[in-house]
Amino acid sequence: MSEAILRTEGLTKRFGGLVAVSDVSLDLHVGEVHVVIGPNGAGKSTLTNLLSGDLPATSGRVMLDGRDIAGLSSDQISRMGVGRSYQKTNIFLPFTVFENARLAAQSRTPYALRVFSRAEAYDAINALASAALESAGLAHRAQRVAATLSHGEQRQLEIAMCLATQPRVLLLDEPLAGMGPHESQRMVELISKLRSDHAIMLIEHDMDAVFALANRLTVMVNGEVLETGSPEQVRSSPAVQAAYLGGEEMLHE
Amino acid sequence: MDLAFILIQLLNGLQYGLLLFLVSSGLTLVFGIMGIINLAHGSFYMVGAYLAWSLASMTGNLATAIAIAIPLTVVLGMALEKLLFRQLYTRDHLYQVLLTYGLILVFEELRSIIWGDDVHGVAVPALLNASIPLTENLSYPVYRLAISGVCLLLAFALYVLIQKTRLGMMIRAGASNRDMVQSLGIDIKLIYTLVFAMGVALAAFAGMINAPLSSVTPNMGSHVLIICFVVVVIGGIGSVKGAMAASLMIGLAETFGQVLVPEVAGMIVYVLMAIVLVWRPEGLFGRK
Amino acid sequence: MPGNAISRALPWVIVGLLALFPVLDSTFYTQLLTKVLIMAIFAMSLDLLVGYTGLVSFGHAAYFGLAGYALALMGPKYEAASLWWTLPGAIGICVVFALVTGLVVLRTRGIYFIMVTLAFAQMLFFVFHDTKLGGGSDGVYIYAKPTMNLGETVLVTLEKLDQFYWLVLFFTAATYFLLRRILGSSFGRALMGIKVNEHRMRALGFPVFRYQLASFALAGGLAGLAGYLAAVQFGFVNPEILSWHQSGAVLMMVILGGMGTLHGAVIGAFAFVLLQEVLSNQAWFGIAAKHWQLAMGILIMLVALYLPQGLAGLMAKLQRKPPAEAEEGADV
Repeated sequence: MSEAILRTEGLTKRFGGLVAVSDVSLDLHVGEVHVVIGPNGAGKSTLTNLLSGDLPATSGRVMLDGRDIAGLSSDQISRMGVGRSYQKTNIFLPFTVFENARLAAQSRTPYALRVFSRAEAYDAINALASAALESAGLAHRAQRVAATLSHGEQRQLEIAMCLATQPRVLLLDEPLAGMGPHESQRMVELISKLRSDHAIMLIEHDMDAVFALANRLTVMVNGEVLETGSPEQVRSSPAVQAAYLGGEEMLHE
Repeated sequence: MDLAFILIQLLNGLQYGLLLFLVSSGLTLVFGIMGIINLAHGSFYMVGAYLAWSLASMTGNLATAIAIAIPLTVVLGMALEKLLFRQLYTRDHLYQVLLTYGLILVFEELRSIIWGDDVHGVAVPALLNASIPLTENLSYPVYRLAISGVCLLLAFALYVLIQKTRLGMMIRAGASNRDMVQSLGIDIKLIYTLVFAMGVALAAFAGMINAPLSSVTPNMGSHVLIICFVVVVIGGIGSVKGAMAASLMIGLAETFGQVLVPEVAGMIVYVLMAIVLVWRPEGLFGRK
Repeated sequence: MPGNAISRALPWVIVGLLALFPVLDSTFYTQLLTKVLIMAIFAMSLDLLVGYTGLVSFGHAAYFGLAGYALALMGPKYEAASLWWTLPGAIGICVVFALVTGLVVLRTRGIYFIMVTLAFAQMLFFVFHDTKLGGGSDGVYIYAKPTMNLGETVLVTLEKLDQFYWLVLFFTAATYFLLRRILGSSFGRALMGIKVNEHRMRALGFPVFRYQLASFALAGGLAGLAGYLAAVQFGFVNPEILSWHQSGAVLMMVILGGMGTLHGAVIGAFAFVLLQEVLSNQAWFGIAAKHWQLAMGILIMLVALYLPQGLAGLMAKLQRKPPAEAEEGADV
């Protein structure tokens, strides 16, 4: 197996007395979708925030290409090739869909400080933005104002913005939440396609999507990793079955 | 510089700091609980001083003047909250700045129309007009000690009110979770009105008791406002404890600064603020 | 689109018409218009921060006043200073001061930012008020207005009302077109993104702090340009030039005109200076003119409560909705 591109060692986050993420070690490889599941409050989103630099870790390490990035700011981590989407839609509502994607693409370029040419004058950026919208299935909405999109479309835009930054590592926090069946299907296909040249961590509740996509599965409960391994290993783990109360049908589906 | 001199400056600094606390505690509570930035807070201090001066010259007695003035300022505070500030709770800070800036102009001009633009003095009450001799030629005025005592008493009362009473509990809860308080059936509007009126009365009261010490002048409000902003920033927004710590810090820094390095005394507090901000952008006792 | 062409040509037409103004040969109105244009530069510089970067600065007069003092203190006392180097010098000082203060104030957000910018401006106020550096509370006179010389020939002298007016007009237009250019660039778009959603910009990899600092420094420099010109016009500087009343006034101009639109800042400056002039006109308001700030204060409060998008927002609304349609809309 390839070298892990992103790896955590003993990652822990405490909020006061509460331990949100406890001693989590996992790794992400290019060509793999690593799905993290667990009940609400298990610490999945906190884990994402630790990896993306949105939150500082209390202890532990986050290694990207063998370099410890814990403690770096979120913009630094983003520029190193870690892209993330948010569980709660986090876009630029007053801007057009294209401008949302264009801004995301712009963040990758050295043109940022050229203050005298029009922002749209850079073909490479425009192309990147268009391609990201195309992949996420939003090309036909490019000129709409983001605030006027449906909830599902805003979720797609969230992903498109993430793609436009050309990340090597993708941290996707419940990308399917609030999407219709058609859009969900499309998103599953997209993630599956992205797998070949990205390392992907996916947090998801939709078990169809989970088992359609997962190369590796981690179950988190109360901030800790309960089980990690191939989907089959996890599915048959007694610990998971015991802990995941009422979730058995889901897992066996 | 001998010991008695240092003692006098120390007492002056503490007295000034305690006075700043009276003004800034209201400011920080209104920031912390209602999320309102109120530039006109210094005007309440000015209104207090002018009320004290005009009522004292009418009644001939500062104590009577203050007794009449306090209810007036409470009513002023309640009226302002109900008529103006209530509309700003959900607005961007920008509009709060603008509205309260306009309010300052209104207060200043009304002051000019009602009381004129002259500088006035208020006599120290006869009862407290004495000095405690420290050395042969240095003594300390009793009135300043009395002010410090009153401020300390009020600070303690404020502490008890916020930490120990039911109203204080609601105030604290209101600061952290507006919806929760409302869902408990507590009348948040009433709490806001009370807190605001209390802030106005405290600032005005500070202006009243300080009137005999510093003359009553047209621009007294803006100076104290800016210093209190610095107090609130250093202490941390919404923190009464922080306001106390920062008030004393600034009171002492400015007092000693004026004695030791008079040329740069005006800047000391701002340098202090810059240092605190670089170290802790959320202030000494601020929540992140 | 013809509408687009009109809106593109309009600023040029207005600049052209304004350039003809001195033909009317009215000293009073030329001076008034000069003041309006200077304030327009000042307001546009603040709009860059408030309207486009999302930074509500309440200490913008610091840079305005600093440049004025820079001119008063850098130039020779009784001779005309050289515009060639005092203007860039004054602007440069403001940019450097903005960079240094920006390092501290940009660590804060929201209410803190408002108060900290105010406090820094006050700090500068006390530097000039309490020390002998700039003549204390009396300030400094600028006895001779700057000139622009080439060898021995005087190309431009700001003693001449018309020449000064044209120079101010040139700088106002230059500021407008420069800012429009910058705001349309990648850099400007990033600033607007920061205003809308700073957190997401960071997650996308933008070094937000650096962008804000650049914007802060640019705004400081342009405020310096305005302050330099204002000092030339008044012929003296005193601490009032960087007082917080000045910071409040320019914020009022930005909002009155409509923040986030450059032309709004210009309209706001125009409306504010004119209002000031009218309300304090003794011939019209007699004794009430002495208390013109009362009317101004009430007006400011009304704008804050009922005209949050300013005059530009009001105009846009009227344009979009002809009166008949607006009535229909009211029924819905």
